[in-house]
Amino acid sequence: MTGAQALIESLKREQVEHLFGYAGATICPAVDALSASPEIGYTLVRTEQNAGHMASGYARVSGKVGVCMVTSGPGATNLMTGIATAYMDSIPLVAVTGQVPSHLLGRDIFQEVDITGAVAPFSKHSYLVKDANEIPRIVKEAFHIASTGRPGPVLIDIPIDVQNQELSGTFVYPDQVNIRGYKPSVKGHDLQIKRVAEAIAQSKQPVILAGGGVFLAHAAEELELLAEKMSVPVVTTMMGLSLLPTEHPLNMGMIGAHGNVCANKALSKSDLLILVGSRAADRAILSPDVIQERMATIHIDVDPAEIGKNMRAAIPLVGDVKTILRQLAARKPKPLPESQEWLSHLQERRREELGRSFPQREGYVFPGRLLRVLGEKLEEDAAVCVDVGQNQIWACKHLTVRAQARFLTSGGLGTMGYALPAAIGVKVAQPRRQTVVVCGDGSFQMAMNELAAIRAAEMDVKIILFRNQVLGLVNQIQKTDYSGPFGVALDGSPDFRTIADAYGLESTTVSSEEQVDFAVEELLHTPGGRLLIVNVHPDTTTND
Amino acid sequence: MKQTISVLVENRAGVLNRITGLFSRRAFNIESLAVGITDDPAISRITIIVDNGNNVVEQVEKQLNKLVEVIKVRTLEPESLIGRELMILKVNASNKTRQDIMAICDIMGAKVDDISPTSMTLELSDTPERIDIFESMMRPFSILEVARTGVIAVQKGGGKI
Repeated sequence: MTGAQALIESLKREQVEHLFGYAGATICPAVDALSASPEIGYTLVRTEQNAGHMASGYARVSGKVGVCMVTSGPGATNLMTGIATAYMDSIPLVAVTGQVPSHLLGRDIFQEVDITGAVAPFSKHSYLVKDANEIPRIVKEAFHIASTGRPGPVLIDIPIDVQNQELSGTFVYPDQVNIRGYKPSVKGHDLQIKRVAEAIAQSKQPVILAGGGVFLAHAAEELELLAEKMSVPVVTTMMGLSLLPTEHPLNMGMIGAHGNVCANKALSKSDLLILVGSRAADRAILSPDVIQERMATIHIDVDPAEIGKNMRAAIPLVGDVKTILRQLAARKPKPLPESQEWLSHLQERRREELGRSFPQREGYVFPGRLLRVLGEKLEEDAAVCVDVGQNQIWACKHLTVRAQARFLTSGGLGTMGYALPAAIGVKVAQPRRQTVVVCGDGSFQMAMNELAAIRAAEMDVKIILFRNQVLGLVNQIQKTDYSGPFGVALDGSPDFRTIADAYGLESTTVSSEEQVDFAVEELLHTPGGRLLIVNVHPDTTTND
Repeated sequence: MKQTISVLVENRAGVLNRITGLFSRRAFNIESLAVGITDDPAISRITIIVDNGNNVVEQVEKQLNKLVEVIKVRTLEPESLIGRELMILKVNASNKTRQDIMAICDIMGAKVDDISPTSMTLELSDTPERIDIFESMMRPFSILEVARTGVIAVQKGGGKI
C-alpha cells in the first residue's frame, strides 16, 4: 500500500464521506487513490479557497470534520483564506495539501511553498509528513485535534514522494490518540459550577451572551433549557444567531455595533453577564473595559486562553459548554424572582423592534422587508448562508428564523464570498435541507465561479443577491468617516441574470415592494437552483 | 517586571518556529529565549523571559499551552528560581592591561578561554545582572565581541515542572 492509499484508507476510517478539492501535480497520487474509492464523494471547486468554505459549511451542519484536498504552491496558498476563515470561527477542518518531493524541499522549485509555516498563525495544528508509515497516526491525530476541545483547522502537507512511498508493513489504523501536550478539558470544575449557580441566583438583571461556541459544542438545546428554567434573557453574538428562534420569548437578539437595540440594552443594563462560548471580540463588545467595571462576568468556554483575553471574568468556568450547561441544569435552578420585571421590560422593547416598519423607495426593495418575508416562508430547519458586507448586517437584524434553522456566516474573519460555497457544503451534507444564500453584488462576484458546482450536482441552492452596484458597507464608512466614496462602485459588473443563465440557473429580478412576496415564494418553491436579484438603492444603509 | 517561563516541548522540527511565531503574532515581547535538550532526548526545555506589562504572562502561558507540541508550561517565581546565563567576551588586552583584566576576572569568577598578544577571550556563567556588571567592567578595555546564551533556569528545591 502506498502513502496515498494509506491516506484515503485513513479518511475512510474517519468516516469521511466527501472531499472538496482541486487536483494538481503534487496531489495526483492521492487523487488517484481517491478515484478508486467511489464511496467518498468529491466536489471539484473552481478556486481552492472555496474548498475550505465548502468544507466549513459541510462541517457546521453535519457536526463532522470537513475535509479538503488541494495541490502544493498556489493551490495551498489559495486555500489559506479558507483555513483562516475556519480558524477564526473555530470550524473543524482537515486540509490535505500536496508538496514537492521531500529531497527538493527548500530549493524553491516549481509550485513549492512552505505551507505549514504559512498557516501556523491561523491553524490549530499542522503536519509535514516525512514518512508514509506515519500517515495513519497523523490522520488519526489530525481529526482528533480538529474536532475536540476548541475545534479548528488542521493541515497535513504530504510530499509527492511520500504519497508514492510503499508502507513497510501492513496498514494499521490506530484506535486511540495519545498526544501528551493535548488534553482539552471537558467537565467544569464542581466548585466553579457552584459559584456560578450562586452568582446567578443572587443576580437581579442577568443576561446570557451566547456565541458560536454553543453550536460547536452542539449545546443549543441545553442553552435554551437552562435559560428557560431560570427565565434569563439571552442575547447572542453574530456566530450565535439562530441558537434560539427569533420569536423565542427569551431571545433579545444580537449584540454589537451592528446588533439589535434591545440586545445592546440588555447587555448594558444587566448586573450579571454570563458569557457562553464567546470570545467577546470587538465587533460584539466594543469596550469590554466599561462592561466589566459595571457588572460581574461569568465566562464559560472550552478554551482557557479565551478567559481574560478580551475581558476579565469574575468567575471563569473552563470545559465543554454542553457538559457545563448540563452540570448547571442538574442543580435545578429556579426562575429568579426579582428578574421578572427586567425580562418584561426587555420583551416589550424586543416586540417594538421586531414590529418596526421599513422605509420605502420607488423602484427598489428595502432588504429588511424581503428578509422578513423570507423568514416567514422558510422551512423550519432551513440553512441560511449569509455573506459579508451590508447583506450580513441586514440579515442579522431582520431575518427571522425558527426552531431548527441555522444561520451560517463568516463572523470572525469576515470573508467575502463565503456564503455561496458554504451553502454548497451544506447541501452536500444534507441534500434535503432547504438552503438559501444571502449575498451582495460584491460578495457574489467573489464566489460566482462556484455556480459550476451547483450546476454540476444539480443542487437546489437558492441565492438572494442584493444588488446596489456598490460595495455598500465600505461606501457607508467612507461617507461617514472619510472624504467620500472611492473605488467602491461596482462598475463593469455583469448582468447577473445572464450569468445565471450561462450556468443553467433560473433567475428573477425584483424591484418593487409589491413583488417581494411572490418573488420569495417563487424562489423557494420552484425546484432547482435559482437566483433572485433584489434591486436595492445604493444609499440604503445598515442603519435605516 | 520580568518573568521567567519554563516550557517543556516535543523535540521536533518546527516547534521553535511555532513558539516564536506565537510571540510575534500575539505581540508578546521576548527579552530572552534559550533552548536545549533535557534528560529525555524527546523533550526540549525552552526558557523564555518576558516583560510582564499588562499582565501578559497569563495569556502567554495559556497560548503556549494551546500549542499541541507544548507539554508543560510553568512561570518560575523570581525568588524560587536558579537562573544562569553564559557569556563569552573577547576584549583587547596588551601587556599593560592584562593584569587589570585578570583582577576583574578573579573578582567575578570569569574564566580565560583564550589569549593572544592583543586580546583575551573570557567566559562567565552567572545571573544576567552580574553578567551585565562584568560586561560594563570590561568596556573600558575595549570589547571586541560578545556572545550571550540567554537565561536558562530551573526552580530551587526538589520539585520539577
